[in-house]
Amino acid sequence: MKTKGKVTGIIANLVIVEVDGPVAQNEICYINLSGVNLMAEVIKVIGKFAYVQVFESTRGLRVGNPVEFQGHMLEVTLGPGLLSKNYDGLQHDLAKMNGIFLQRGDYTDALDIDSTWEFTPIVTPGTQVTAADWLGEVPENWVNHKIMVPFTLTDKYTVKSIVSKGTYKLTDTIAVLTNAKGEDVNVTMMQKWPVKRAITAYREKPRPFKIMETGVRVIDTLNPIAEGGTGFIPGPFGCGKTVLQHALAKQAEADMIIMAACGERANEVVEIFAEFPHLEDPRTGRKLMERTTIICNTSNMPVAAREASVYTAMTIGEYYRSMGLKVLLLADSTSRWAQALREMSNRLEELPGPDAFPMDLPAIIANFYARAGMVYLNNGSTGSVTFIGTVSPAGGNLKEPVTESTKKAARCFYALSQQRADSKRYPAIDSMDSYSKYLEYPEIQEYLNKNISPNWVNLVLKSKNIVQRGKEAYEQINILGDDGVPLDYHDRFWKAEIIDFVILQQDAFDKIDSNTPLQRQRYMLEKVMEIADMNFKFDGFEQCSLYYKRIINALKQMNYSSFQSEEFYNYEKELHTILNERRAA
Amino acid sequence: METKAFQRIYTQLMGITKATVTLKAQGIANEELAMVHGRLAQVVKIFGDMVTLQVFSGTEGIPTNAEVVFYGEPPKLKVGDDLAGRFFDAYGRPLFGATEIDGEPREIGGPSVNPLKREQPSELIATGIAGIDLNNTLVTGQKIPFFADPDQPFNQVMAMVALRAQADKIILGGMGLSNDDFLFFKNVFENAGALDRIISFVNTTEQPPVERLLVPDMALTAAEYFAVQKNEKVLVLLTDMTLYADALSIVSNRMDQIPSKDSMPGSLYSDLAKIYEKAVQFPDGGSITIIAVTTLSGGDITHAIPDNTGYITEGQLFLRTDSDTGKVIVDPFRSLSRLKQLVIGKKTREDHPQVMNAAVRLYADAANAKTKLENGFDLTEYDERALKFAHDYSLKLLAIDINIEVDTMLDTAWQLFAKYFSKTEVAIKNELVQKYWPN
Repeated sequence: MKTKGKVTGIIANLVIVEVDGPVAQNEICYINLSGVNLMAEVIKVIGKFAYVQVFESTRGLRVGNPVEFQGHMLEVTLGPGLLSKNYDGLQHDLAKMNGIFLQRGDYTDALDIDSTWEFTPIVTPGTQVTAADWLGEVPENWVNHKIMVPFTLTDKYTVKSIVSKGTYKLTDTIAVLTNAKGEDVNVTMMQKWPVKRAITAYREKPRPFKIMETGVRVIDTLNPIAEGGTGFIPGPFGCGKTVLQHALAKQAEADMIIMAACGERANEVVEIFAEFPHLEDPRTGRKLMERTTIICNTSNMPVAAREASVYTAMTIGEYYRSMGLKVLLLADSTSRWAQALREMSNRLEELPGPDAFPMDLPAIIANFYARAGMVYLNNGSTGSVTFIGTVSPAGGNLKEPVTESTKKAARCFYALSQQRADSKRYPAIDSMDSYSKYLEYPEIQEYLNKNISPNWVNLVLKSKNIVQRGKEAYEQINILGDDGVPLDYHDRFWKAEIIDFVILQQDAFDKIDSNTPLQRQRYMLEKVMEIADMNFKFDGFEQCSLYYKRIINALKQMNYSSFQSEEFYNYEKELHTILNERRAA
Repeated sequence: METKAFQRIYTQLMGITKATVTLKAQGIANEELAMVHGRLAQVVKIFGDMVTLQVFSGTEGIPTNAEVVFYGEPPKLKVGDDLAGRFFDAYGRPLFGATEIDGEPREIGGPSVNPLKREQPSELIATGIAGIDLNNTLVTGQKIPFFADPDQPFNQVMAMVALRAQADKIILGGMGLSNDDFLFFKNVFENAGALDRIISFVNTTEQPPVERLLVPDMALTAAEYFAVQKNEKVLVLLTDMTLYADALSIVSNRMDQIPSKDSMPGSLYSDLAKIYEKAVQFPDGGSITIIAVTTLSGGDITHAIPDNTGYITEGQLFLRTDSDTGKVIVDPFRSLSRLKQLVIGKKTREDHPQVMNAAVRLYADAANAKTKLENGFDLTEYDERALKFAHDYSLKLLAIDINIEVDTMLDTAWQLFAKYFSKTEVAIKNELVQKYWPN
């Protein structure tokens, strides 16, 4: 028997429901408004009153409207067909909705129920299996989508029967499993999972030990993110968070990209919708959209659905990780998600924490970031969810609660600086404020030195040091004046500028410069560091600055040219000519 | 709105605050309208049989035995071609004694557009102002505010942009406009002979603040009619959104809600987003572009209103007076149009992106030189040139009284580059320098 109830109170999208039976925290219910069902989630219970947040507009709702509880939490549907889909925050397929405007209660299936798939079994009857073990696979775009033992099964099972290779409908039973008590479970190609619980059906979660290539120099070279790692990008609005996220989505070395537009501007999502179907995946040559799933919750969609959207995205990521894939999950922006939490907490009239956010905000954020990671699956292979969230700190203040809480939870910190953005130094990641904790992991250091070049980590640290010293020299010059400091200070400043202009800055809108493979990053960093070690003779600081600008120009032209092309080498030759003009012994 | 026959009349208020009244009533729908003592009100909270209404024009003089009649429907606007060329109050009632319009009533504050059904904005809105067209190019379907201190001429600039923009309809949503400013808009529109394509919904400072809450939804419901039904390009001007947000906080305060940041309601982000996200490019050619004003207090953008606005809108335009030239300019550092990438170098000349960036970078060098000067340091010869460049740049391009074509803006920039700098100092891609560097 399902619990039923009726509406007794309405405060914006918080509705109070008097219930006639048991209800669970986070249980889903439908409120019926003249034949239209509005989805809602229980967020507080007092006595026989359930407080539910409605994922829709509550306009027109009345006291007495009937409510039906569903007996489960908010769930996503998992199975073949998730790739290339555009979902709202509750996993409704946006493409299946009628009309230009989103109508309340227009809920569409996440997967195409009638679709058929080429199934190939991996196991044979008699095999012992547990949750997340692979039973078979179907080709989905270019992924070998694994059909797995449902994550909800906790016992050990034996495969009683499995269908032979062939074409089946999503809802067909493809295997029957039996547990020790002799109970049978029919397995289809789709399953459901509550979004707010992590999928933990894997063997172990080691510390990340590989890096994930992104093609963005200031990340890969200076502050690399690990495969299965976590990072976040805080920055005031207008500093290029979104451009950077799009670059990561396009270029990162991942098998699958999930983009959660969380309370995002619709036109920015449209940009993804318009661009991705045409963009080629630089690694596979196929369309980018084929490996992308978009969770799109624009800022004007109901606030409760915004809160759900990041969880929906993470759960889909964990599902593909269980197939042994490298998933990159991007969420823009987690601040808006936190704002959604704040809004509901405010409606519930909870006593506010710092900046009016709920008191448990740090715990919620930490818990969410902890769902990322590289894992060893039951069969020993690896899969990963790498998570990068953006944070939009109010007024650019990095001491506000969302940034502070995220800083504790994420291992990479990519601080966007207003100053860099103002002077159009993009990406505006401040390499001094930013850090990657992964660079300190011995296993990552070993990986970098082995896979890029033997002395790589030292070279990177040295380059950071030069940037730092250049910044100090610049401050001295500003305090004492150009001619108030030794020429040496100018030299130091300009060497840091070379690193800034050639390595840190990158033109996201240039076809070639936008994506720099690691091999090329190595070549350019070594080239720049070679120059940093050179001594030049100058007659004065003005000559010094003019000379370095020429060097920078030649190096920038190299960045704009195809790697190791004739053009590239010509600029390099030009560079060497310039370098030889003033080299001191 | 007229009352229907046999409607129940309630006559016992249980509570009255400055902005709300509470009474016992049954069968009431959330957000429906009511008439309280002859004043329009809207249901904002229902708790059992206790219904709270926000009274738009305030509760002064409302007695506990006031008559309350519920309408059973949310606020509506009659939409039709008749709207064009007219002035309305916050309730959508014609001003200046005009007759009611003929049209189909439509709920205001309707649902949002399916993001998948939106078209990517790609049409340039030329304003003739280089601070906008060159550095912060606007696009149809965009939403962008002016962030300005109250003493800046933002309403004048908005009116100018409105008249120069190639729009089929211009809809003004005035919230807390001073009567003088309202008459200014009216005059400018009339003098330009553009009245037939202008529709205004206005709440002036002489009117109650809570009424302002209806203005953006009225303006945007009208905008949606012309953009969806008529496939027209509609430009919506909203001024001043700070006063709108202040009205939100008044209501939430009267309802004893726990205030969130800066005494604003916790839902401020969602409330603003509902309005701004109405900006859209429809696939059939119609579009809604929103240019708004958010007044700041002492340039402070960390306050919850501009801060939330910045995260919803697609950029912001800052006005400031340039101390060097005395001109009001569009600040090239703090202003931003997020959608400019969709048109610059694509709908405009290929050199646009690089010229724009180079000019701003050189302007930044001048700002550094200025700091040096203020700190009493000697300037280098380069600094001197950068300063001269900045002066000319401000005068010939950034000032809001400039009205030229985008190509002319680009040519002007190249001339300034060539006048003060060498090719390497400008650091633009070689092929562009070869093509456009003036001889």
